[in-house]
Amino acid sequence: MALLEARGIVSGYGGMEILHGVSLRVEPGQIVTIIGPNGAGKSTLLKTIFGLLSVKAGSVTFNGTEITGWSPDRIVRLGMCFVPQTENVFPSLTVQENFEMGAFIRTDDYRGRMEEVFEFFPDLKARRHVKVGALSGGQRQMVAMGRALMLDPKLLLLDEPSAGLAPKMVELIFERIKEINKSGVAVVMVEQNAREALKFSDHGYVLASGENRFDDTGPALLQNEEIGRLYLGG
Amino acid sequence: MLELTVYGIIYGSIIALGAIGLTLIYGILRFANFAHGDLMSAGAYLVLFLIHVVFPVLGVPQERFGGTSFGWPLILAMPLSAVMTALLAIALDQIFYRPLRARRASPVIVAMASLGTAFIVRNLIYIFWGPDKINYFPGLYRPAWQLPLDIRIRPDELIIVVLALSLVALVYLFLQKTKLGKAMRATADNPDLARVTGINTEQVRLWTWGIGAGLAAVAGIMYGVNAQLYPEMGWGFLLPLFAAAVLGTVGNPYGALIGGLVIGIVQRLSTEWLNPAYQPAVAFLVLIIVLLVRPQGLFGGRS
Amino acid sequence: MELTRLIVSATFGVLGGWLWSFFGRSVTARLGLALVGAVLLGVTMLFAPGEWVAYLLAPAITACLYAVLALGLNIQWGLTGLFNIGVAAFFAVGAFTSALITKAMPTGLAAEYTKQLFGLNLPFIFGVLGAMLVSGVIALLIGLLTLRLREDYLAIATIGISESLRLVFQNERWLANGPQPLSGIPKPLFCLVEDPPCAWLPGFLKELLAPLDSRDYDVILLVMLVLSLIFIFWVLQRVTWSPWGRVLRAIREDEWATSAFGKNVFAFKVQAFVLGACVMGIGGALFTASVSTIDFGLFHPMSYTFMIWVMLMAGGSGNHKGAVFGAFAIWAIWMGTTFLSDALVPFQFKTQVFYVRYLLVGVLLLAILLFRPQGILPEEKGQK
Repeated sequence: MALLEARGIVSGYGGMEILHGVSLRVEPGQIVTIIGPNGAGKSTLLKTIFGLLSVKAGSVTFNGTEITGWSPDRIVRLGMCFVPQTENVFPSLTVQENFEMGAFIRTDDYRGRMEEVFEFFPDLKARRHVKVGALSGGQRQMVAMGRALMLDPKLLLLDEPSAGLAPKMVELIFERIKEINKSGVAVVMVEQNAREALKFSDHGYVLASGENRFDDTGPALLQNEEIGRLYLGG
Repeated sequence: MLELTVYGIIYGSIIALGAIGLTLIYGILRFANFAHGDLMSAGAYLVLFLIHVVFPVLGVPQERFGGTSFGWPLILAMPLSAVMTALLAIALDQIFYRPLRARRASPVIVAMASLGTAFIVRNLIYIFWGPDKINYFPGLYRPAWQLPLDIRIRPDELIIVVLALSLVALVYLFLQKTKLGKAMRATADNPDLARVTGINTEQVRLWTWGIGAGLAAVAGIMYGVNAQLYPEMGWGFLLPLFAAAVLGTVGNPYGALIGGLVIGIVQRLSTEWLNPAYQPAVAFLVLIIVLLVRPQGLFGGRS
Repeated sequence: MELTRLIVSATFGVLGGWLWSFFGRSVTARLGLALVGAVLLGVTMLFAPGEWVAYLLAPAITACLYAVLALGLNIQWGLTGLFNIGVAAFFAVGAFTSALITKAMPTGLAAEYTKQLFGLNLPFIFGVLGAMLVSGVIALLIGLLTLRLREDYLAIATIGISESLRLVFQNERWLANGPQPLSGIPKPLFCLVEDPPCAWLPGFLKELLAPLDSRDYDVILLVMLVLSLIFIFWVLQRVTWSPWGRVLRAIREDEWATSAFGKNVFAFKVQAFVLGACVMGIGGALFTASVSTIDFGLFHPMSYTFMIWVMLMAGGSGNHKGAVFGAFAIWAIWMGTTFLSDALVPFQFKTQVFYVRYLLVGVLLLAILLFRPQGILPEEKGQK
């Protein structure tokens, strides 16, 4: 059974329709990357799956539960977390407080989980009590992912985790994503660094103009000449 | 000068209590609450109602401590009034602000609605108590203590400062240590992310109203103890409150505390050179200077 | 008596026809409605009992003043989205400026009782221009200071300036007699009702107006205010549908996109704020014509800020017709409830009822925001 299955999603902002029937399937433990030109509707797809935008047609099923039209705070409880592209941290809170907020809906003792999350991001350990607003862009991105991991999710949605970061930092973030995935968390991400991302993706989707164009395994997409020319910059 | 500074701290701690609520509401509910001063008046007048109408019926002992206004009536009435004001604010939120939020109305529209609620609260006060100035305990003789350095202070005023600072400390602990307090700061930082994270932002908003209005009520009561009640008192506080909140960076409760004290001291010190009637204008002048020099406030980063 | 009745009926007819025409969707409908409205109101006034005229004259004059203020606010809020909670202050500044310009400096014994910064004894038109100028300059300063910042800072600053001005006017005796009222403000065109009438008047008008005496001045005032209101409305309509007005609406709808088109959003906002304040200043000048004695206590924010907001929001912000209609409608309701409470409520509850009515104004504002944010006459889209 697929972990996440989105079928024929139609959605957009206000009266403007951006997705015209997009489908996406994620198996447990997979990394799935969505690529495509600007305005293709990649972020819109993530936001719609997560309930931030309303689904005008189509359905979303997560872990056997139909979640079409659910609000984010209900979806979060099923084990799906979302890291927005920008403004994805609480800048005036410390790193640890950000993680605590990530665990807001947990009623059990989450201290053990917090240490596990700090293990994913050793750089943050020493900065536990630093306000996130004072951290670098890459570190903020890690805080954002750490916050989302506090709930021990089955699926993590990442909207352009490497946007605006220095190449070295991009590499580091991708490493972390691989490690997180190895711990059993499935990942769906939207990426501009498509070539790099597809290298470690189990599956890739190409969106254009709000529709599915191609989908295949990561390596297969990388070898496909047409895709390379059209979507991966030659 | 020193004496004026002391008076400034007394007055400033009243402003600070109001400004903390204002800045929390500003940060979390994302609008300028022009009804905040009127919540102060509501709290002050509810005490009047309790001590003169309700307590005599209940047979609450009337005696007070020495030359102070404080005794069983005020000690009981203060928390009761704070809770009642909090409930009033929550009720106003549910009736008027929540539908506007649901419609994603712009902050300016919500601020305009707060003018409407301010109007309602103020006129309720006019209807029940009339336009005249009122004392909690008319004719009470409250001698001042002579402190060193030629400072005269009434016991009431000492209690006000101690009470205000302890309340501020409580708010600090609440925001710093409790889950709800942290969720409030998180929501002030980034309401959309708070929702995505699973924080019950609607609950956070209710608590923000409750705490903000409760603190405002206490501030209003303290002003009533120190001076007199009148229906427009809250409206008169609006400028110092906003000046304090903007000076201390909107959304930052610790900043509002500092801002409140600074505004209070500056206002009182200004009476050395200026007609005391101009004190609200002095608060406005400080606000203008802040807007000119550092619009993001003392504790705001550039964003 | 007959002549005043004729003038009043004609003016009410014009007013009624004008207000009714707002509801027409096409030119013919507007003309038809205007005709019906004019005839209905004009004829009613012509044959109504004599005391009606006396009853309705003052409220009609006040309603015109409110409508001018609502038009000023509509430029700021309705068109541009600027949140001004200091309407009363711009109104008051206009009134005091005009008073000082048109009034003579007191001499002799009167100088003991009346202090004022200056008294120029100039014709009323200079009072109006001065009122515009001073209100506009104050708006310019506030605008330059706050319009670059987050939008609600403007609102806070307008409260600040209005409270500060109140303090200055109430405490500085040298400026405009401080807490004491400033009285003896000349009435513009008062010579029309004097005997002998103004020297510059053409002969036939002299003859026509001869039956009027000084008690009939309110009739002149009504005509003057209705004509001023229609003129201001006409000018603002022109401005609103000019390219400049279109930029203002674009700013209100999408500030970022407008600046992306290369428009200096800040400059446009400042201009709109100043223009609106100038109109409010004119309102103040016209107000002095109707009272002859002013003190700052008259310019209470309850009556001249909140009321104006309710009028604009009820009428339909963004639409000048809505602003004018809202002013008349809300004022009619207000006067109607005054009349009712006078007739029905026992004397000892009079003050309470007054505040109950204000409370209902607050409820009305919230009800409009919640249930009909577009008002009675929603904004017109596109070129009319």
